[in-house]
Amino acid sequence: MAATERKKTFRFSEKREKEIAALRGRYEYPQGLIMPLLWMAQYDEGWVSPEAMETIAEICETSPAWVYSLATFYTMFELERPIRYQIQVCHNLSCSLNGSESILAHLEKKLGIRAGEATEDGRFRLSAVECLASCGSGPMMQVNTEYYEQLTPEKIDALLEEFGRD
Amino acid sequence: MIEQVRHLTARMGKNNSPTIESYRDDGGYETAMKALAMEPEEVIEVVKASGLRGRGGAGFPTGLKWTFLPKEREKTYLCVNADESEPGTFKDRLILDFDPHLLLEGILITCHALKSDHAFIYIRGEFCRPYRRLRDAVREAYDAGLFGDNVMGTGRTLHCTIHRGGGAYICGEETALLNSIEGKKGQPRIKPPFPTNHGLFGKSTVINNVETLANVPLILRDGAEEFRKYGTEKSPGTRLFGVSGHVNRPGVYEFPHGIRLIDLIEDACGGVRDGNALKAVIPGGSSVPILTADEARELILCFDACMAAGTMLGSAGVIVMDETTCMVKALDRLTHFYGHESCGQCTPCREGSGWIAEIVSKIASGSGTPADLDKLVDLGRQISGNTICVFSDAVSMPVTSFTTKFRSEFEDHVNGGVCVAKKTTAATA
Repeated sequence: MAATERKKTFRFSEKREKEIAALRGRYEYPQGLIMPLLWMAQYDEGWVSPEAMETIAEICETSPAWVYSLATFYTMFELERPIRYQIQVCHNLSCSLNGSESILAHLEKKLGIRAGEATEDGRFRLSAVECLASCGSGPMMQVNTEYYEQLTPEKIDALLEEFGRD
Repeated sequence: MIEQVRHLTARMGKNNSPTIESYRDDGGYETAMKALAMEPEEVIEVVKASGLRGRGGAGFPTGLKWTFLPKEREKTYLCVNADESEPGTFKDRLILDFDPHLLLEGILITCHALKSDHAFIYIRGEFCRPYRRLRDAVREAYDAGLFGDNVMGTGRTLHCTIHRGGGAYICGEETALLNSIEGKKGQPRIKPPFPTNHGLFGKSTVINNVETLANVPLILRDGAEEFRKYGTEKSPGTRLFGVSGHVNRPGVYEFPHGIRLIDLIEDACGGVRDGNALKAVIPGGSSVPILTADEARELILCFDACMAAGTMLGSAGVIVMDETTCMVKALDRLTHFYGHESCGQCTPCREGSGWIAEIVSKIASGSGTPADLDKLVDLGRQISGNTICVFSDAVSMPVTSFTTKFRSEFEDHVNGGVCVAKKTTAATA
């Protein structure tokens, strides 16, 4: 692999290095740190770059391929450049019983994209996702880290306006 | 009106309920102090005597599980399953969000009972606010000397590590959860060996659900006998029922085991919305067999009565469907989910859940044939029991129960695409 010759561009910050050192003792195998480190990289950069995966592999004493296999098995790791607003609408049963499909349709119309797509300016990505354990407050969606519940088209319009302003 | 019994939810709704100050103001961690002065075996005996059964889904007796640990063991881990992902289930999130210290006190006592010096909390990746609250609570507990190298001044060590999942339903399966902490894909392990013998990093491990552990401080505080005053003989204690779907007041309700499902729906949740007739109920999370309205009216909510009625109490996630629900469409939502979430390890499940999802989707769209329906029923039967974990059963149970109990609706769909429930609502449009 040419990776050894390529200059690494990803390094964890000093603050992260300290956190990693503290976590090391908690996992009997260094590979246990892979998921925590994937989260750290994603939190710091908005996504997990191939360079980040190489660095993580080195720290965790494993191959980049192994790290990649985890980053792709677990659906929450972003392997493409970050999107400002990641809109995820739950379409599982409880939300569906309360109209999640019309919410999704409304978002598709307003954003001019289909579920699974991103807007051209890269600001919004829309997806239909599985149960987020907010079944009593459906229909609901998660935008980045926040839950928005008991959605109506009016609520969506107000939110999109809010997101449009920054 | 049936009254809620607020044991686990006693502190919910209070200002600052997630903080350690608030928890201590309400007597928090006093029970742990008391329990740490007891012999570990004594603690286990109290929990055994309480009859506490796991709240994650299987309902296995908690104290009994703890006694499966081998006498001679190198190291013991407690893993807390906070990977709440079963569709229709949203009760652990309530504890994580609003009373994380109740869970931490449960961990403290349980680790003492198990002679464990390290607990991992596996929390699902999507839980961002619950993660922040839990992380803050763990920090507070460390700062207060409840975790660390001198637990409550006893000189004992106990660490608590939060491990975030990454969006994989299967990690709620306990051995997939262990693999995930070890830095592997979340794929279940073959049992035996069981985790109590060969668990996390190959060491003895007990895995318990959040709600299960939240019960432990209450049992130690009030005694096994008091705990048993609520619920039934074989399903003691209260339960967090998450009710969703077509009811007027969805939400998480705490009631003793043994209440009638219909009282939960009609009374606590204000009945079915819009005055519609009840059509079907899934009583224990999306994986358990569905009940018709007639069956639901008879159901008592405890482990054994649910088994006797051919379903399971599971995670007590109650999904209510009214007469406007298209059952083919409802199953389509679920099989799509299972098709997406199979971990891919075992062929019958990987291929079967994918095919099931495709066939149900085809039938729901009106282009299915009678042969498709036969194939669906057949697949549902064939994948069950033929895989490493129970995921295939979790797919099979809805498929088999929906297609058996609402057979005519499926037949209508494959014989011309007529849907009897087509009349209204966003839910089914």
